Amino acid sequence: MRLGLDVGSTTIKAVVLDDQGQIVYRTYTRHKSQVKEKTREILTEVSARFGDEKKLAVAITGSAGLGVSELSKIDFVQEVYADSLAAKRLVPKADVLIELGGEDAKVVFLTGLKDARMNGTCAGDTGAFIDQMASLLKVSTEELNDLAKAATTRYVIASRCGVFAKSDVQPLLNQGAKREDVASSILYSVVNQTVAGLAQGRKLKGQVVYLGGPLTFLSELRKAFDDVLGIEGLLPEDSLYFAAIGAALYANTIVDFKEKIELFQQNFASTYEALPPLFENQAQYDAFVKRHQKAQVLRCLDIDYDGFVHLGIDCGSTTLKTVLLSEDGRILDSTYAPNDTNPVEMAVSVLKDLYQKYPNLKLASVTSTGYGEQLIKQALNGDDSLVETMAHYRAAVEFEPECDFVIDIGGQDIKCFKIADGSISDIFLNEACSSGCGSFLATFSEALDLSPAQFSRLALFAKQPVMLGSRCTVFMNSLVKQAQRDGATLADIAAGLAISVVKNALYKVIRTTNPKELGAHILVQGGTFASDAVLRAFELELNLEVTRPEIAGLMGAYGAALYGKDNWDHKSLSNALSVHELDGFTHSRTTSRCGLCENHCLLTINRFAGDRLYLSGNRCERPLAKKPTQPALDLTVYKRQLLAEYQNYVPKQINVGLPLVLNFFETLPFWHTFFTELGFGVCVSSPSDGTTYASGQADVLSDTACYPAKIVHGHIRQLASDESLAAIFYPCMPYNIDEGGGENHYNCPVVATYPEAVAVNYQKSHPLLLYPYIGLHQPKKFVQQMSVVLKKLQPKLHKRDLQKAADKAYKAYDDYLAKVQKEGQRIIEEARSQGRHIIVLAGRPYHLDEQVNHGISRLITKQNAAVVTEDCFLFGEKQKHQVLNQWTYHNRLYNAALAVGQSEDMDLVQLVSFGCGLDAITGDEVKEILQRHNKLYTQLKIDEIVNLGAIEIRIRSLFAALAKKQRKGGKQNAIYRVYPANEIHP
Amino acid sequence: MQYTEFTPQMKYTHKLLVPQMSPIHFEIMAHVLRAEGYDVELLKSEGSEIRDTGQRYVHNDACYPATLVIGQLIAALKSGKYDEDKVALVMSQTGGGCRASNYLSMLRKALYRAGYAHIPVASLNFSGLEKNSALPMSFRCFINLLLSVLFGDELMCLESQVSPFEKLKGASSEVVKTWIDRIGQLLRKRPKLPVGLLLKRISYQIAADFAKIETDKKDAPKVGVVGEIYVKYAPAGNNHLVSFLQEQGCEVITPPMFGFVQYCVKNVPEEATLYGGHKVKGLVYNTVLKVLSRMEKIAKKQVARFSCFHVPSSFKEIVSSAKEFIGLGANMGEGWLLTGDMVDMVQSGTPNIICAQPFGCLPNHVCGKAMIAKIRQAYPQANIMPIDYDPSASQVNQENRIKLMLSYAKEAKQEENC
Repeated sequence: MRLGLDVGSTTIKAVVLDDQGQIVYRTYTRHKSQVKEKTREILTEVSARFGDEKKLAVAITGSAGLGVSELSKIDFVQEVYADSLAAKRLVPKADVLIELGGEDAKVVFLTGLKDARMNGTCAGDTGAFIDQMASLLKVSTEELNDLAKAATTRYVIASRCGVFAKSDVQPLLNQGAKREDVASSILYSVVNQTVAGLAQGRKLKGQVVYLGGPLTFLSELRKAFDDVLGIEGLLPEDSLYFAAIGAALYANTIVDFKEKIELFQQNFASTYEALPPLFENQAQYDAFVKRHQKAQVLRCLDIDYDGFVHLGIDCGSTTLKTVLLSEDGRILDSTYAPNDTNPVEMAVSVLKDLYQKYPNLKLASVTSTGYGEQLIKQALNGDDSLVETMAHYRAAVEFEPECDFVIDIGGQDIKCFKIADGSISDIFLNEACSSGCGSFLATFSEALDLSPAQFSRLALFAKQPVMLGSRCTVFMNSLVKQAQRDGATLADIAAGLAISVVKNALYKVIRTTNPKELGAHILVQGGTFASDAVLRAFELELNLEVTRPEIAGLMGAYGAALYGKDNWDHKSLSNALSVHELDGFTHSRTTSRCGLCENHCLLTINRFAGDRLYLSGNRCERPLAKKPTQPALDLTVYKRQLLAEYQNYVPKQINVGLPLVLNFFETLPFWHTFFTELGFGVCVSSPSDGTTYASGQADVLSDTACYPAKIVHGHIRQLASDESLAAIFYPCMPYNIDEGGGENHYNCPVVATYPEAVAVNYQKSHPLLLYPYIGLHQPKKFVQQMSVVLKKLQPKLHKRDLQKAADKAYKAYDDYLAKVQKEGQRIIEEARSQGRHIIVLAGRPYHLDEQVNHGISRLITKQNAAVVTEDCFLFGEKQKHQVLNQWTYHNRLYNAALAVGQSEDMDLVQLVSFGCGLDAITGDEVKEILQRHNKLYTQLKIDEIVNLGAIEIRIRSLFAALAKKQRKGGKQNAIYRVYPANEIHP
Repeated sequence: MQYTEFTPQMKYTHKLLVPQMSPIHFEIMAHVLRAEGYDVELLKSEGSEIRDTGQRYVHNDACYPATLVIGQLIAALKSGKYDEDKVALVMSQTGGGCRASNYLSMLRKALYRAGYAHIPVASLNFSGLEKNSALPMSFRCFINLLLSVLFGDELMCLESQVSPFEKLKGASSEVVKTWIDRIGQLLRKRPKLPVGLLLKRISYQIAADFAKIETDKKDAPKVGVVGEIYVKYAPAGNNHLVSFLQEQGCEVITPPMFGFVQYCVKNVPEEATLYGGHKVKGLVYNTVLKVLSRMEKIAKKQVARFSCFHVPSSFKEIVSSAKEFIGLGANMGEGWLLTGDMVDMVQSGTPNIICAQPFGCLPNHVCGKAMIAKIRQAYPQANIMPIDYDPSASQVNQENRIKLMLSYAKEAKQEENC
């Protein structure tokens, strides 16, 4: 008989096969990070059951099995290999295996070219992600499956990883999207992640077999796979146990159970370098607690208080917080509760309770803030709302007038700002990668059946905290497994997680190297800092004592209430719903596709009693049916118009397709002119839309490449399906045109050679894919090169015609750039004449793609500012920079930063695509240039994530900070008013 | 931001700290620089200290080698072992289109942030970058550096061929150690021999010493380790990948570093052919390439005299293997050389390959990961596993993927034996 043990990242499966290969025993259990203990239990049970233990051969498999195998010296077999062993026996007809586990996704091709693939480092967490999403929806995973059955619409959810997906899911829930739809969309994002990461150009076809927990338990997930792949997959019997069965089949060493069980009594050898413990002893902890208890806020304990009150509501991503202030600014009452994905109901019930508790309430103002500020404002008919950074700022200076640095770690986001001379001097907000740290701690403890407080307690006295990295929660999760193997205890892991969250904030979000730079009076707040472990880790890392207000989790609401009080005229009452109006309160949510333009945004419409309405999901103002008084000044719109002129395809005898991707966003005028002049018909792929990425995702070969690169495959597919084309022309271009100013004029490695990657999965011979190495920087050689390349298409081309076409093409390129610059100048001048602020949206040419920038420029024009781009500032003189300035596009960023530094009415926002390693260099340099000129630096990381919630907060924070700064400077210009989300300026 | 230039006079006053990359090669190169009159210390620290220091001072989205190299240098300064007024750091620059050419700027920024702006950084480059801070080098030193790459390659290559089978554990690493010292002494004595002869003699003697080691032939699957230059060679960067593979019973093959040198040279005339430009420059580099190829040949010929050793393919063969799969214009990072290395290994009977790169390595999206798919289309036996290295990547996950690759390697070996 043989025993196979599959020790996965969240569960253990065990199977005993008899000599005929029949399963005589099986078990499936969640190990809750107690890998060793659970494995021992199972061994004990198996040994008890199959008395004559000496005859059992055993092998271990699974992603967490390596450590267990080392500890017990039981043979190890890799789990994907084990799967295929089992499949050969159990489903001999299978062509492809798809297995989703707690952490890893695997695809195995069994027939044809044999191949086995596992997800890359970045795309881990599949099963754990579904668990997290279910807990976000407050359901079990099975219930999530049931919800998905009733879905009617599907939202696009980022599928790069669990963290990114969550950034799309959380706001959807808060905006009031139907849970059923969200549930289904979550499952589809899992499918997309698997396909984009693991298909790698190979069709998942034939008999596809589904394995592993999520695919076994979730019928809707299987359906989603069937749907996306266009197949009918098979869920075999024992689909949970394939790896365990494979391990049993592999097992050939008979083991002595008694000896092995004894080996499991020992601990994993501690092989890691431990971090210092958070607290050495109880006394140290007591002193710490006592010190922090001093951070009290003024309270009003008068139940019969009958003066005016101000209500602040902070509608966060996962919780709803309220603070009720007396007229003199003391806290009368407060609430803190999870919003249960329906913040409106929550806010209404809080307000009702308040009316009941304080019958003599004279409500003077209701102010909302946080992710759901507008939703709440509309629902309650509140008086005002403000961007959350400003609310936190307001609260911080009230609490500690001398404070010069504030850091807030919430469930989803990390927000920090520096305060100098009474205004915000720098803002740091996390990008998508480091989001969700707070709620990760919460869900992690939940999975262990511990309350957050218990979990924090566990961490406080851990003896050897283990380092769990600082990249993102997906990486942290996989390092937990590593930590267990290295001998870390649960307490060490709990402490390690607290430390990781802090390191993430300090080194990834704030990017400090010297804690003293932060300030002398640091205020920490946000729900995550409620954990003493996190607070202590923060103090240890900084080697500083910081202040945690007792209302650390309520600071947003406190700030909102204070803001309401500040702006109150000392007599009027709030417009918010009265007791009676609350009785008749109704709220409904519907979704619909906006039909006003080709974006077809999926709108979520919240309707409230009294004809109040809140709309979300829109990228522009058109569905709001309001017209801005001043037309938007936006250079990106103009550039898109210029490029749209090349969309008109008139087929000729020989036709060439050009993909509108990466550097083509700038070289299109060149290539289009060149081919047209030579008499070719030129077909440009249509601008990306919501389906472009998905249509090519199965061809992606490196899932960690940037989104602008991955979307290329969709464009190529579109062109490939056009029968009229003789060829698709997509050249490799390591060099860009030399614009002077730099040491060299490269393109980035991805722009330079991505056509090579595209060609790998391009199997068609018609249209032909042409991807020669071409350099536009050497016009003389260019003609010679092209005459060779084009021989394949048109042997009769004359050198003279080529030269003429090239001359015109270079001119078209220059003209295009000149037009852009001219229009840029016009916009700058017009903005100045109207007293509007100017934002340089600096990135790369391909950030013009609306699927790549997700309409960010509109968020800026909504603030009544004008938008120009980095290419308005071309051809600067050679400047001395502190980096090796060797990429053409990047040189423009530095030029733009210098120009912004010299103009009072300009600021710069840098767009950075996730995965762009070069921007690690440019970002730092641009920031330094701006800081030299006392400018704020704002970087927006963009990827597949559609939701702009966090980005909008950033942009509005920037404008709020600018407004504060300007008011400080004594100017009363209206340029810097901050306009709320989804409301049109007067 | 201020930084301090490295002036030629500092050669006589400053100690140079060199970060580690490929232990054998760099030990020899350190000897070469010492022979040139530099006071050189090759840093050997690794582990959490250099990683954490690196993460603190280097942008989180920078690549892993930058984190480790800069972390190692700054951790050394922080150790207090060095006189801050008399120490300088060395950083290499290739001038290629990938991020690595900017490590020097990243190091300067990190030094500034860490309060070491007064410590000069010398740039080791052959592209005319950083004229004010370049490490001055005589022609002789240049030649010696080339020799040390060749000797390093031979030691690395033969050690990995012999050590899995040696009867007396540690015998081959003993030979390596002895030879590193001997080469050091030899170069310091400034031998009057012509370069070719010197190369020939030493190459032969090294091979002879390895041939003397007693071995047991046993079945060990061959595994190639290719990828980004730092994580491929540096044990600190790849969690001691070579030792791990050897523990799993594999014979490990790593491509020679001399290939990278020739690759850098070859790219110049190659670009001239593609895009036009300086004809003379192209000719000069082609001549250099011929000399290099001659040197490579001399060294390999000596190894080939021992039938027990497997001689790696020549650079020329790698070039022609690469050409079938990728354009030679793909020259950022390891570029086409990486593709060529993989193809060559598959063709020469090592289909099991680990392609190691830093997480998010830009050139390797194409030259590594995309080309793996292309190679597999052409050679079904190719069993290539890409592994990403990062400060936060878990070793368990990396090992698990390597084990998957090894399962198939062992299965193929069994089928072959049947």
